[in-house]
Amino acid sequence: MKQSTKITKTPDVKSQKGEGGFYSDVVKEHFFKPHNFMEDETGYKADGQGMVGSPACGDVMRVWIKVDPKTQKIKDCRWKTFGCASAIAATSMMSDMVIEKGGLTLAKARQIRPQDIMERLGGLPARKIHCSVLGDKALRAAINDYYRKTGQTDKIEVEHGRVIDKVLKITDHDIEEAVLEGADTLEKVQAKTKVGTGDPACIPEVEQLIRFYNEKYCEK
Amino acid sequence: MAPKREIYMDHAAATPMDSRVLKAMSPYFGKISANASSLHSPGQAAYKAVVFARKSIAAVLNGHPDEIVFTSGGTGSDNLAIRGVLESAVPNLGWDGSTSKPHVITTAIEHHAVLEPLAHLQKIGAIQLTIIQPDKKGLISADEVIKAINPNTVLISVMYANNEIGTIQPIAEIGKGLLKWRKANNSVLPYFHSDACQAAGYLDLNIEKLHVDLMTLNAGKIYGPKGVGLLFVRRGVRLSPVVRGGGQERGIRSGTENVPGIVGMAKALELVQKDKEKESKRLGLLRDRLIDGLLRLPKSRLNGDADKRLPNNVNISFLDIEGEAAMLYLDAKGIACSTGSACASSSLDPSHVILALGMSYEAAHGSLRFTLGKSTTKADVDYVIGAMPAIVEMLRKISPVTLDMKSF
Ligand code: FES
Repeated sequence: MKQSTKITKTPDVKSQKGEGGFYSDVVKEHFFKPHNFMEDETGYKADGQGMVGSPACGDVMRVWIKVDPKTQKIKDCRWKTFGCASAIAATSMMSDMVIEKGGLTLAKARQIRPQDIMERLGGLPARKIHCSVLGDKALRAAINDYYRKTGQTDKIEVEHGRVIDKVLKITDHDIEEAVLEGADTLEKVQAKTKVGTGDPACIPEVEQLIRFYNEKYCEK
Repeated sequence: MAPKREIYMDHAAATPMDSRVLKAMSPYFGKISANASSLHSPGQAAYKAVVFARKSIAAVLNGHPDEIVFTSGGTGSDNLAIRGVLESAVPNLGWDGSTSKPHVITTAIEHHAVLEPLAHLQKIGAIQLTIIQPDKKGLISADEVIKAINPNTVLISVMYANNEIGTIQPIAEIGKGLLKWRKANNSVLPYFHSDACQAAGYLDLNIEKLHVDLMTLNAGKIYGPKGVGLLFVRRGVRLSPVVRGGGQERGIRSGTENVPGIVGMAKALELVQKDKEKESKRLGLLRDRLIDGLLRLPKSRLNGDADKRLPNNVNISFLDIEGEAAMLYLDAKGIACSTGSACASSSLDPSHVILALGMSYEAAHGSLRFTLGKSTTKADVDYVIGAMPAIVEMLRKISPVTLDMKSF
C-alpha cells in the first residue's frame, strides 16, 4: 500500500469521555450543514463514481467525481452517505479536501487517508473511527472508475486491503482469510497471523472485523 | 436564534427525579446517615426507614416485606434472579454431567441484563437455554412458553413490558399456565421471573395476579434515584446470594443498605403506582397522537404492537435513514430521544429487539424511540411531529439508499 507523502500527526482522537463532548465542533458543522452532497443525480454527468459499504455497521457511501481531462484534477466531488454523524461529516470533509484550492490531482486524491480526514475533523470518538475509512475508499473506487472509463487501465490500482496492524503490516484481507480458514475468535486469528502483538491498538478493530467476517461467512 | 426548546422524550432510559422523592430522601443524606445495620440509635433511625420502605413497597406489590431484596438497580436484580436461582439449583454451577443440565426459558427481546448473563451461562456449559421468539408485533405467546417447559427447567424469565418497543407481555397468563404445570408435575420448579422495570410506572404490579416468583424493579425508571432497585423474591423461592459479605438483605444481597436510595425507591413507587391509571390515560392519548403524526411520513412503520403497548412508548422506523444521525438532528432541535441503530450502540450492533420482530437490518438502523413521561405535553408532541419531516427529508436527500417498503 502506498503511503501518503504528506506527513501527518497522529490524529487527536477523542475518547468517548473526552471533555470536548462526543463530537468535535468541526464534525458537528459538517454533519449539520454537509458540503457538496449530491442533491440531484439527474443531469449530473459524473466522470467516475464509486460505492462502498462498511463492514462494521452496515453503512453505505457513494462518491461521484468530475475530472479535468487535461490537468487530471478533480473539479467536482459529490457524495451520498447512509450512516452516522461521523460518516456524514467525514465524507463532507473529504469532498472539501479534494476540490479545495483548484482541486487535487487524481494521484494526490487517491493518497488521502482516513487519518488526514480525521485530523481535519478535529478527531473522532474512538469507536467512530471506522466511519472515516469509508469516504476515501469510495473516492478511490470513483477514481478507478474514471480510469476505467477513460481507458487508462494501467493506472487502476486495486485495493490490496487496508493495513490494520501497522507493525506486522497485516491487512483486513489477511484477517478475512484467517476467518475463512476457521479462526472465529481473536485468539485463533492471532494464532494464525500474530495480529496485534506489535500493535495492540489495532485489536478492537480486529475484533470488529472478525465479527463481521464471521457473520458474513460462518453463520446461517 | 429562537430560544431552544427542551423536550425530553427518553423516559425509558432515565427519568428525572420527582421533587417529592428527593424531599423524602434528603434527611438520609444528612441528619440520618448512620449504618442501618448498627444497633445504636442513629443506626436504628436508618434501619427504621428501611423497614418502612420495605413495608410500603410490599403493600404496592401485595407481598410481604421479607420478600423485598434491595439491589443496585435493574441489572443487579436481573443478575441476582438468574444467577441466584441457578446456583441454588446447581451448586456453584458446577454441572458435572451426572444429572441433566438445568434448562432456562427466556425470550429474544429481553433486556441485555437478562440475555447476557444467560448467554454467558450457556457459553460455559452450565445451562441449556430456550429462547422464545416474539411474533411480528413483539408479543410472546404464553402457550409457547409453557410448551417449552421440560422436567429440567428451573427458570423462566419474560419481561413485563419491553424497554424498546413497549410491548406488554401476557405475564399473568404465563404465570397461570406455569402454576398448572407445576401442579400437574408436582414440582416447585421452574420459577418465574419477570423484569418489570418499564412496566412499573403504568401497569399493575400485584404479584398475586401476575403469579411471578421473582420480579425486578428499578427506581431510576420511575422518577426515583438511579443506582437502586429491588428483586421481589416470593417466600419459599430458593436463591443463592451473588454478592456475599455482611449478610444484609437476609444474606441474599450483602452490602451496606443504601438508605436514601431505598427510601427514594419506596416513595417513587408509591407515587407512580397511585397515579398510574390517570397518567396511562393521558399519555396513551399523546402516544397515539405522536404515532399518527409520525406515520404520516412516507416509508415509516410502527415497531411493536399498537394496543398491547406501554402508554408512553413510540418506536418508529424510517427507511433509508440512519437513526443516530436522525437522533442528533432532533437533538439540535431540542428533542431528546433514542435509536436502535447499530451506529449508536457501543457494540455496533443494531437493536436485537427490532431484529427479533423479523425486521431487516436497515429498518433497525432507522428506528427512533420516543418515550414520553410526566413532563410531556400535547405541545411537545406537536413540536416533534412538526420537526420530523424536515429531518427525515434532509437525511433521505443525502442517503444513497432507497429501499422499498418490502424491506420492512
Ligand atoms: S456510520 Fe455507522 S457508526 Fe458511523
